[in-house]
Amino acid sequence: MDILNALVAFLNFVFIPAAAYGAQLALGALGVTLIYGILRFSNFAHGDTMAFGAAITIFATWALQAAGVSIYPLPTALLALPIGIAGTALMVLATDRLVYRYYRQKKSDPIILVMASVGVMFIMNGLTRVLIGVDEIRFDDGARFVIDVRSFREWSGLTEGLALRTTQLITLVVAVLVVGVLFWFLNRTRSGKAMRAYSDNEDLALLSGIDPEKVVRLTWIIAAALATIAGVLYGLDKAFKPFNYFQILLPIFAAAIVGGLGSPIGAIAGGFIVAFSEVAITYPWKKVAEYLGFDTGSAMLQLMSTEYKFAVSFVILIVVLLFRPTGLFRGKAY
Amino acid sequence: MKRLLLASAATALLAGAAGAEDVKLGLHLGFTGPLESMAPNMAAGAELAAKEVSDSGKLLDGSKVVTSRSDTTCTDAAAAVAAAERQVADGVKAMVGGQCSGETIATLEKVAIPNGVLMISPSATSPALTSIEDQGLFFRAAPSDARQGEVIADLAKAQGIESMAITYTNNDYGKGLADSIKSNFEKLGGKVTIIAAHDDGKADYSAEVAALAAAGGDALAVVGYVDQGGSGVTQGALDTGAFTKFIFPDGMINATLPDRFGASIDGMLGINPAAEGDGRTKFEELTKAQGFDGSSAYAAESYDAAALILLAMQAAKSTDPAAVKEKVMEVANAPGEQILPGELAKGLELLAAGQDIDYVGASSVEFVEPGESAGSFRETTIKDGKLEVVGYH
Repeated sequence: MDILNALVAFLNFVFIPAAAYGAQLALGALGVTLIYGILRFSNFAHGDTMAFGAAITIFATWALQAAGVSIYPLPTALLALPIGIAGTALMVLATDRLVYRYYRQKKSDPIILVMASVGVMFIMNGLTRVLIGVDEIRFDDGARFVIDVRSFREWSGLTEGLALRTTQLITLVVAVLVVGVLFWFLNRTRSGKAMRAYSDNEDLALLSGIDPEKVVRLTWIIAAALATIAGVLYGLDKAFKPFNYFQILLPIFAAAIVGGLGSPIGAIAGGFIVAFSEVAITYPWKKVAEYLGFDTGSAMLQLMSTEYKFAVSFVILIVVLLFRPTGLFRGKAY
Repeated sequence: MKRLLLASAATALLAGAAGAEDVKLGLHLGFTGPLESMAPNMAAGAELAAKEVSDSGKLLDGSKVVTSRSDTTCTDAAAAVAAAERQVADGVKAMVGGQCSGETIATLEKVAIPNGVLMISPSATSPALTSIEDQGLFFRAAPSDARQGEVIADLAKAQGIESMAITYTNNDYGKGLADSIKSNFEKLGGKVTIIAAHDDGKADYSAEVAALAAAGGDALAVVGYVDQGGSGVTQGALDTGAFTKFIFPDGMINATLPDRFGASIDGMLGINPAAEGDGRTKFEELTKAQGFDGSSAYAAESYDAAALILLAMQAAKSTDPAAVKEKVMEVANAPGEQILPGELAKGLELLAAGQDIDYVGASSVEFVEPGESAGSFRETTIKDGKLEVVGYH
């Protein structure tokens, strides 16, 4: 029986990676859910907006690095984030002006806006690749680890090692900060209340003197900020590659739908549910069980092989849609 | 009616004539998708061969080679087939491609065989392509992974590795090679603790790393792509301290690997199909002059695939794939005068004079039945963060 080793193995391979990944998904899902709640359509271009935001931030990071600016042990990219957000906000506002506004004024069905967003996705996809290329870019110049395996083993004397990357810690801290600020904004400020009013009932909001175009602009700017932050954190933690942002769209939507589209709390819960179920259900519990004194023989104690990890998110998705179609936190349905 | 008859007669005449026509060569590679960073250098390699032949003016009495690129996406077989159909509709009779095994099989079965189009793939290595019914229309300038698995198992055992965990990219290439490593390693008395797939381009690999770490082993064999999940899994394994010794097959070996991981994977065992010799050195000089990286994975094989198609056309004195396919093996193998990169004009001349050639090319081409590279493999390792060549097998 060795509870400490079991705990460390669990933290190292399940808890820490899943928590960081969950935070990245949650930030992405927040953006998706905000657009859905207020502008009333599923924005498929969100993944590529994340890539675009990260790309702008990388350019700004390179400029800062060239100027000799550094905030070691934190990555320089955090400093470049506002520039990335500003660039992305301009980009999405321009997209709204060129594409979405037309359909909004025509009061088109949500499905038409969704299809338009697929078009925007492909254009953004191409634009990002033209700007920065298809290759993988690593722009994390901070310290790599807060705790690394070797020094943890030496310090604790345990057989199992524990690693906590700086980027994982930053992801979690920034996610908490962003979520806090977003909720304060939505619940306490005038603009936030206007946004929620618009989301609840467009016509009533208009009657009470809320300028819809202003709400739309604000929504896009916040969505751009969320997308850029999510994109940069993800890029810092893994590596920046445009193709990956296209792929992350799927778990992000799974997270947003599980939590309930249109519900900010749901998006956060959904992100962590998807991440933890992917990692925990496919984890072979053999080692942990053995440390706890159980004899497992040759069994791996793995519920499901890792290639089915995406099936896990989808099963949760289907179960939620069957029994609670508006999501765990009662989102909206248009 | 008269006009129609005239038109068809003219078409028939054009199609049959081996005079100075434009030879259309399709470059059917994965320009987008998981290997999009390799494809441009591969296409540039093939285009270099085409240009060399065009400039010489010696192909079939002065024919020019016109290349056209099409995107296989590497992963989406339907997209690859549609793109290949467009190439055929445009009059392409031979293609360099596909790039990945699954997509190559689809293109071969659905487009190349029904239309009688010749395909030489620079990089599809799945063992399944050895036994496929190809009607003699398919060749590859890369060896089968069945052989690579054998080499990897031998070398791992020789380094004292008794047990290993294997992770593979979830496609025809990954599965074929991983199975080959496993069966060969077990034949030598080694133990494979787990053989688990990972999907490329996924957002996160924590689950895969956790499973591999729980199974354990002396080393981790990463049968994946360096631009893709392969690196993701390796990074995860390093960060969590799950493995310190790595085995990397061909999909992982290129200049990106030491750049990404540096000294943290010191002592790794790397294997990729490559031959030493004058051909490779000469090819890399040529590519440097053209401004692209010839040492990039499969760029040399792409040059060779294009060169083989064009030389075989010259040997057959026709662009008709049915005649050309009979000449590929002859041109690729001894006997005859050896032809290196940059000497394609000489090869064309010799063939026009009815003499035999033995195309060596950039990757020391040597074909075995049923039309694939025999396979010379390069063993590499990383020492102090630098990629070093250990030897050839």
